[in-house]
Amino acid sequence: MTPRRRRRLLLIGLVLTGVVVSAVLALRAFQLNLQYFFSPTQIADGEVGDARRFRLGGMVLEESVEREEGSLTVNFVVTDYLHSVPVSYTGVLPDLFQEGKGVVTLGSMGPSGHFVAEEVLAKHDENYMPPEVAEALEQAREREQL
Amino acid sequence: MIPEFGQFALVLALCLSVSQAVLPLVGAHTGRSDFMALARPTAAGQFVFVALAYVVLTQAFLADDFSVRYVAQNSNTELPTAYKFAAVWGGHEGSLLLWSMILAVWTLAVAAASRAQPAMFASRVIGVLGIVSAGVLAFTIFTSNPFDRLIPAAFEGNDLNPLLQDPAMVAHPPMLYVGYVGLAVPFAFAVAALLTGRLDKNWARWTRPWTVVAWLFLTLGIALGSWWAYYELGWGGWWFWDPVENASFMPWLMGTALLHSLAVTEKRGIFKSWTVLLAIAAFSLSLLGTFLVRSGVLISVHAFASDPTRGLFILMLLGLISGGALLLYAARAKLMVAEGGFRLLSRESFLMANNILLVAATGAVLFGTLYPLFLDALELGKISVGPPYFNLVFLLPMLPLVLLLGAGMHAWWMKMNASALVRKLAWPAGIAVALGVALPLVVFGQSSFMTAIGVIAGLWVCGAALLDPLRRLLRPQQGMRLTRAAWGMFLAHFGVGIFILGATVTSAYNVETDRGVSPGDRWETGGYEFVFRGVRDVPGPNFDAVEGEVELRRGGELIALLTPQKRVYRVQQSPMTEAAIDGRIHRDVFVALGDSLGGGAWSLRIQIKPLIRFIWYGCAIMALGGLLAATDRRYRRVPERSTSSPAVGHGTAGEA
Repeated sequence: MTPRRRRRLLLIGLVLTGVVVSAVLALRAFQLNLQYFFSPTQIADGEVGDARRFRLGGMVLEESVEREEGSLTVNFVVTDYLHSVPVSYTGVLPDLFQEGKGVVTLGSMGPSGHFVAEEVLAKHDENYMPPEVAEALEQAREREQL
Repeated sequence: MIPEFGQFALVLALCLSVSQAVLPLVGAHTGRSDFMALARPTAAGQFVFVALAYVVLTQAFLADDFSVRYVAQNSNTELPTAYKFAAVWGGHEGSLLLWSMILAVWTLAVAAASRAQPAMFASRVIGVLGIVSAGVLAFTIFTSNPFDRLIPAAFEGNDLNPLLQDPAMVAHPPMLYVGYVGLAVPFAFAVAALLTGRLDKNWARWTRPWTVVAWLFLTLGIALGSWWAYYELGWGGWWFWDPVENASFMPWLMGTALLHSLAVTEKRGIFKSWTVLLAIAAFSLSLLGTFLVRSGVLISVHAFASDPTRGLFILMLLGLISGGALLLYAARAKLMVAEGGFRLLSRESFLMANNILLVAATGAVLFGTLYPLFLDALELGKISVGPPYFNLVFLLPMLPLVLLLGAGMHAWWMKMNASALVRKLAWPAGIAVALGVALPLVVFGQSSFMTAIGVIAGLWVCGAALLDPLRRLLRPQQGMRLTRAAWGMFLAHFGVGIFILGATVTSAYNVETDRGVSPGDRWETGGYEFVFRGVRDVPGPNFDAVEGEVELRRGGELIALLTPQKRVYRVQQSPMTEAAIDGRIHRDVFVALGDSLGGGAWSLRIQIKPLIRFIWYGCAIMALGGLLAATDRRYRRVPERSTSSPAVGHGTAGEA
């Protein structure tokens, strides 16, 4: 094997290793960052399983928003009008967060069936419902009629 | 009556675009020069009628004609006049009209600039552009007509989405569209070259300036969108890996790969099939982006419509245009013969690495963007992919890319002497490593491995890009000459370096806090003192605002009085956060008003973002570099007809 050929083989080996390591890292990152969406009814049915971080979406229940005195913590209830989940969030709420409107939050279930939100997302405008929420409400309504 | 003229003009434009598509292509195929001669007149006519429709719609906005549904949905008598112009593309229907309008302008420019080229080729380019025009115009007329009447007419309009009432938002869509739609030109050149059977260096040279111009507008458009998201959405982030952002970013990545591949094809006559494929892919991703953004499968301010027929129509258009081009590509694979070879260490190799890495990054972003949509379509659950995934899969290929970039700029074509390359770059590399490790520690007092890597990468690219220009400027007696294209190349890459520095430092040293404050409160964040004076009511033209007053102090001295607002737009009754930013070249102090906590207290979001402006400066420098490169003398020269390069299929293929 000539030195030049050896160098080339080494280069190819390095590149291949790099590609394999990258692919493994990418797939792992993909798996870790999949965020599932669940409605309050799906949570009540135990569909969440072992998903630690997920999105919870529904309507902000009317007259459920309460601020904790002296802090930025807000408590509210997310509902699909069949089941409800209490949520707490600390921080500045987005503009479009309002009682009786759709909301999507990202976080995890805390102890005592309490959802701790790290992020409150409001990418929709005021007359436009997040599609996941619209569908969750629709499904809840169908189940109620059964 | 006037809106019906607009409608009529649109239908005429569609008829003309169909003629523009069919006649020149048939003419070029059968060799009928009378048909080919119709390419330019039909393109010009198409432009005239699309422009007429556009003017009519603008007039309807200015005249507050709320009998037009689209105007009633997106405007209001109180809307400031400047925003009435911008409201034309503030919704789905009008933005499609803008798409057609911009494509018509590109077509007109191509028609005017291609007179020196063989009629066979030029008429095919215009014909292919005609197919795209016809598709989009048909889409507009049949599914999204901006001139639909509202009966009875509305008394008052619903107003433009408040998020869009902003100067950067006025410029962002046209810029982005000029870039998006501009990628149709290299696509048309590639398809025309496949049809003609002439894939040579001349073809690459004609394509290059068009691609660069489309790319630079795309760069500016994306940068403006990112800047807008930064200060208008009230969150202070500059990139969210939101699917709509990805939709514009993927064509940019592909366009960047195409630029570099075209350079090899022009100079060396190789990488042809790859270049053609990239041209097809870049435009297909533009169309896919339009589909993602317009079909309503995504949730965002961009998703105007959730009408499934529209999504289906775009998907069919995408299948027709991209599928057709790919079939043609497969049928003509034999045409793409390399005209030369190259050594492992050469500029060709560096550019090949650039292409592979850019395509890998695009693939990873595409996967993360489309996977949730597939899963949803198959009813397997609703998921989304978090930003950490995108950060990682984007950084993995980008890191080797920027490390290679510094060396690639200085590599020669064909083959490069390794020791010459090392000699030239040892100093910049050494300085970048030393400063990259030291500077963050000195300036910010702490650093991490990834921060050091990012700063080193940024400095390395900046340094390598400045090497030749500095030598030219400081030692003119050495007689080194740089073409305008070379200046552009170095400048654009310098912009990349600046961008990397900005992105790295901002992510590493960003200070962010949310806190509740009462009037008179004083506190310290990130080395600055803040004093909250309280809030007062401020009326606006079409909104009412509560304005907070926050003093920004350092060492007791007042630096700036920040006035963040919380606006409520009267018509839509939607609240909007208007952040206040004290922007300096080295840092931004960003204050946004949150919610009223009662008793005069408010929640505030405070962020200190070092070097964040470098992100947008970097993009602007990249675009400027593109402008220099696109206006190089050799593109303005009348092309000598294939004297220098042999026709494809015979000639120097044996060298490869």
